[in-house]
Amino acid sequence: MDAGFLRSLTIDAVRQGLLRKEFRAVELAEAMLRFAQAEDARTRAYLHFCPERAFSAARRVDEKIARGEDPGPLAGVPVAVKDVILTKGVRTTCASRLLANYIPPYDATAVVRLEEAGGVILGKTNCDEFAMGSSTENSAFGPTRNPVDPERVPGGSSGGSAAAVAQGTAVVALGSDTGGSIRQPASFCGISGVTPTYGRVSRYGLVAFASSLDHIGPFGKTVRDNAILLRVIAGRDERDSTSAFAPVPDYPALLDGDVRGVKIGLPREYFKGLASETGDLILRAVDLLRKLGCEVFDISLPTTDYAIACYYIICTAEASSNLARYDGVRYTTRNFEADTLVEMYRRTRGEGFGAECKRRIILGTYVLSAGYYDAYYLKAQKVRALIARDFAEAFQKVDAIITPVSPFPAFKLGEKIDDPLEMYLSDIYTITGSLAGIPCMSVPCGRTASGLPVGMQILARHFDEAGMLRLADAFERAGGTAGA
Amino acid sequence: MKITEQEVRYVAELAHLALTEEELARMRAELEEILVYMDKLNELDTTGVAPMAQVLYEAEETATLREDIERETFDNATALANAPSAGGGYFKVPKVIEK
Repeated sequence: MDAGFLRSLTIDAVRQGLLRKEFRAVELAEAMLRFAQAEDARTRAYLHFCPERAFSAARRVDEKIARGEDPGPLAGVPVAVKDVILTKGVRTTCASRLLANYIPPYDATAVVRLEEAGGVILGKTNCDEFAMGSSTENSAFGPTRNPVDPERVPGGSSGGSAAAVAQGTAVVALGSDTGGSIRQPASFCGISGVTPTYGRVSRYGLVAFASSLDHIGPFGKTVRDNAILLRVIAGRDERDSTSAFAPVPDYPALLDGDVRGVKIGLPREYFKGLASETGDLILRAVDLLRKLGCEVFDISLPTTDYAIACYYIICTAEASSNLARYDGVRYTTRNFEADTLVEMYRRTRGEGFGAECKRRIILGTYVLSAGYYDAYYLKAQKVRALIARDFAEAFQKVDAIITPVSPFPAFKLGEKIDDPLEMYLSDIYTITGSLAGIPCMSVPCGRTASGLPVGMQILARHFDEAGMLRLADAFERAGGTAGA
Repeated sequence: MKITEQEVRYVAELAHLALTEEELARMRAELEEILVYMDKLNELDTTGVAPMAQVLYEAEETATLREDIERETFDNATALANAPSAGGGYFKVPKVIEK
């Protein structure tokens, strides 16, 4: 199994290879782990590998095939998991010094489901600390580099998962998305990634950042791979009371390539002031969709300009509460020099958190503090209702909305890290869908003249992942993603 | 919106977060810049708008309740396994009560 072969693998290709006895799941896991370790010298997509767990999952698949049983929809598929998603017995650090040695006593529901489906977890991927950032530079263990251009960031916060899939060292991956942390790295690395409807995938075992915005979602080289993985992990889980009861359609079976008559909206607020190369590629993609039979409409989402302020108030407020649990008592590192309990909390947290987490804790605590709650947090929750209403009104007229994912392609390491507000502003196109709780995804739509991938974002109605994936898949079949 | 170092210090105390003098100064400047940007929200009239406290919930109120059935949970050793300091089956912390 050479690098070219491993890089080309999709879920269907793995399945065929196994069923035709061209290779065994254990052999694939071995080859992929070796390949991943070699590639990681350049990109550092993974933080650590879990070969024992991978081999035991792969052996179970081989045994099922030998017995003639159905090995499951993800049989033998090498998967990378973002290191904010708990894996029992396998270190889960959230890319934070505080959790450098944390070994979870239980698995996230998404992890349980993907292993039950035959998936083989190879290791845990790098990210911004506690998923806070847009470049994976906020990892306490060093940045990940974009496999397309190692001078550049892979995006974030799920940069390691996106890089692993883009360089072919995992066939698919799990990421988490709070304000764009799946879609933006997918676009920077030239692959597809899905942020499902809020509640579609259980968050049990996802380390909480901003609970009203957190999602788990898939990455894949193809739309079909995303559809297969999403179907496996989606659905009600009694361990997450926010998980949705809505039945889960057979997403891959619904990818029929027929998008005739689908109404697409282009929100004018997203296209003004857009770097021309990105804008041109999106408009070219829309032309292709028109050729496939879609109808295109000009629409307006008037509250778009307020989304960043709204998002960064809500997400930091929730983050400051969620991060309060890292107190040096139960599962983090600790400062042992402090004599009092409060001093121990203060110093443990001061030493343990990186700059971005501290900034968000301070900002979040400030906007929740006495005298400011109404002016910031309550106001932001009202604005959030208006943003959601904009989308609800738009979806009375159109079936899907198309926008860019990011105002610009992958930037260089260090380029934006010293200007937090500038970094926040780059999330403009992804946070609106997160605030509304609707499904959104990034699908590649070409490259800039200098060879950097650009992603197109598709947003759809609540629980209409099927329609969204069908549109993305039709675009992919028509060659829209080629060259990305 | 002017933010003073005193305010940042106060918020850091609320959050039990030790900051160095250098961090405090940088945080003050960044917080001020970000909060000025946040003031943008005041341009929007939200009179009569209900805050969006819940994102999405499509089932009846009691749907998330399950039967109260006893089941296995972590044993004491598992719960303490990641503790930076433990003893006698408990988490250990610096002394809280003086004699």
